[in-house]
Amino acid sequence: MMVEIIDKIALNKYTSKMVLRAPDIAASAKAGQFVIIRIDEKGERIPLTIAGCDIDRGTIDIIYQKVGFTTYKLDYKNKGQSILNVVGPLGRPSELDGYKNVVIVVGGSGCAIAYPQAKALSENHAKISVICGFRSKDFIILEKELKSISDSFEMVTDDGSSGNKGLVTDVLQNKIKDGTADLVIAVGPLPMMKAVCEITKNFRVKTIVSMNTIMIDGTGMCGGCRLTVGGETKFACLDGPDFDGHKVDFDEAILRSKDSSNSKPFCGKDCNLFKGGLK
Amino acid sequence: MTESGKKINLSNNQTPMPCLKPEERVDNFNEVEKGYDKFSAENEALRCLNCVSKPCVTMCPVNIDIPGFINNICSGDLDKSYSILYNYNALPAVCGRVCPQEKQCQMACVRGRNGEPVAIGRLERYVADNHKKLNLKPEPNNGCKVAIVGSGPSGIACAKELATLGYSVTIFEALHSPGGVMLYGIPEFRLPKKILEKEISDLACLGVNIQTDVVIGKTLSIDKLLGELEFKAVYISTGAGTPKFLGIPGETLPGVYSANEFLTRINLMHAYSQEYDTPVLQAKRTVIVGGGNVAIDAARCARRLGSEVTIVYRRTETEMPARKEEIVHAKEEGIKFLFLSNPTKICAENGKITHMQCVKMEYLVNESSQEKKLCAIKNETFDLQAECVIIAIGTSPNAIIKDSCSDIEFDDRGRIKVNDETLRTSKKRVYAGGDIVTGAATVILALKYGKKAAQNIHKDLIASGDVTT
Repeated sequence: MMVEIIDKIALNKYTSKMVLRAPDIAASAKAGQFVIIRIDEKGERIPLTIAGCDIDRGTIDIIYQKVGFTTYKLDYKNKGQSILNVVGPLGRPSELDGYKNVVIVVGGSGCAIAYPQAKALSENHAKISVICGFRSKDFIILEKELKSISDSFEMVTDDGSSGNKGLVTDVLQNKIKDGTADLVIAVGPLPMMKAVCEITKNFRVKTIVSMNTIMIDGTGMCGGCRLTVGGETKFACLDGPDFDGHKVDFDEAILRSKDSSNSKPFCGKDCNLFKGGLK
Repeated sequence: MTESGKKINLSNNQTPMPCLKPEERVDNFNEVEKGYDKFSAENEALRCLNCVSKPCVTMCPVNIDIPGFINNICSGDLDKSYSILYNYNALPAVCGRVCPQEKQCQMACVRGRNGEPVAIGRLERYVADNHKKLNLKPEPNNGCKVAIVGSGPSGIACAKELATLGYSVTIFEALHSPGGVMLYGIPEFRLPKKILEKEISDLACLGVNIQTDVVIGKTLSIDKLLGELEFKAVYISTGAGTPKFLGIPGETLPGVYSANEFLTRINLMHAYSQEYDTPVLQAKRTVIVGGGNVAIDAARCARRLGSEVTIVYRRTETEMPARKEEIVHAKEEGIKFLFLSNPTKICAENGKITHMQCVKMEYLVNESSQEKKLCAIKNETFDLQAECVIIAIGTSPNAIIKDSCSDIEFDDRGRIKVNDETLRTSKKRVYAGGDIVTGAATVILALKYGKKAAQNIHKDLIASGDVTT
């Protein structure tokens, strides 16, 4: 089933948003869920978060940063063209009901996941503090959107090119020490989520993390997304992608994420590989 | 000569089926068994005595008129022969290749009492591969819509029956192509995908609509199918697709695959071909844990990717549930087997697998009850060097329907509870069959459930007045 790209908007040099026509997915998607896409006959299946949806227009948004073979290949697609397969919404929706004071710690393209969560929380009238971390100003996405729905917003960059120079964890410490936060959401690179959880564990604040793993089918069939949570094997596609961050075995997940045998060898920049295959 | 004037081939041995030699097949995914030619097929067909008791028919889960289709091979009427097969079985070319005939029809064949049974599976395959295309067309529509969840063998069989009865049938498939485990699980060298595609395309001729990329319970709910979308009945045939793991240390290391993941990368995503984007680990040594068809399939795929392969099975060779022919093929291809051995730990250095620790097993007999019990032998441990480990110890039902539809009852193993006779679930207008009801079983058993569900759905929809005859 071909899915049309209604719009494509560059969010920065490395990251773009696509608006896809997928009325059935838009009608049932909730914050925290994702789709699996396959660009063409030769393509691999990769999971991408549903960063937004418009039920009336029957569209969903996906946001991708060009990091590997398939995201680079995806970026060759433009408005008016199609993606061969899009299936979803997959995974369990984030459980966000009942929280009053939430700190969202987000790194890099994790904003694509955090933004719909923040939006759902703001609709529930929760007080929202956002702490955003990026490598540099060139990697910033969704700043305006996150600001517009948060009660406080702080940004740090690794090099100080925007906001303060530093790490999200430095800011987090100050944010939760008064003990008013009833939930921390951490979305971003695994080492960042691990570091966040180490801090929130000390302050005994419940912490939800979003586990972005390798997946093929996204429906519990391959087991490639398995991880250990509280000593049990869980599937990110069926049981997640959200988990209690204090129970996740991050070291194991980091080891699995470094496995290069599951990614196609790729030079890491726009290359001639795509030019023959994409029309 | 028999009554019908047919000569009988009195040979006690089956007519051999030509195969690629091991050296011709271990570096590619071409089909291993090449199928009978006309002469061999007729020669083998003449071994059927057309006996009165027809035990083969009784032993076939869908009761195919086996002597009937075989007799038409002798008389040269393959189209007639195929129409007999297709009447009972929506997937003859698949079943001819993957059914465990030695445990079903062929086990009962009277020729087997004094030699080898008639090679029924090979004949089924011959007819399915060589008949002229059936002139299938949609039946007049009875105005009633039925939804089928999952396009594996059970869903296909149900769709075929219902379409033949005039229903407007839609199959919803979660993956990007139909076929279920026949597509992502069974490798090309055992079941070429073009054979599967051809059998599935016959459904389109009957007017069945297949919608891929739809996960029922996620994209659309069962209530939405029965409500807004106006389906009058739903058949759930989502199979048993969730892989089981051993629960031993090291199982989440990179380089450990479930057989499902490994086979899906290869069969569905074509990871063996450079032209496709999906990669797969290229290991020097691979260890497979398990003894079923899936274990053998994974082993033979790993062999074709250039790996040295060892299968570790905790029981004995005679207890292996795999199809006999496949075990023979695997051995010919140089795959090693270690029986009465069980893994205890997968070990790694710097994040890369180095070896798997195993323990030897033995059967202990309880003296009073004479029951045999499989036990680990204390201190008899050994290490197997490997860079890749594939876990093929079975699958359990997928939980998506369970999580999304609270008014369907499941048992404690995640299988849908149905009435054995009607295949009705606890939810009105919803039926279920195949592996989601039985746990992982065979293609032919799934087909049987699909057919039976179709008959019951038809009966119930007449009774409810949704369909008039």
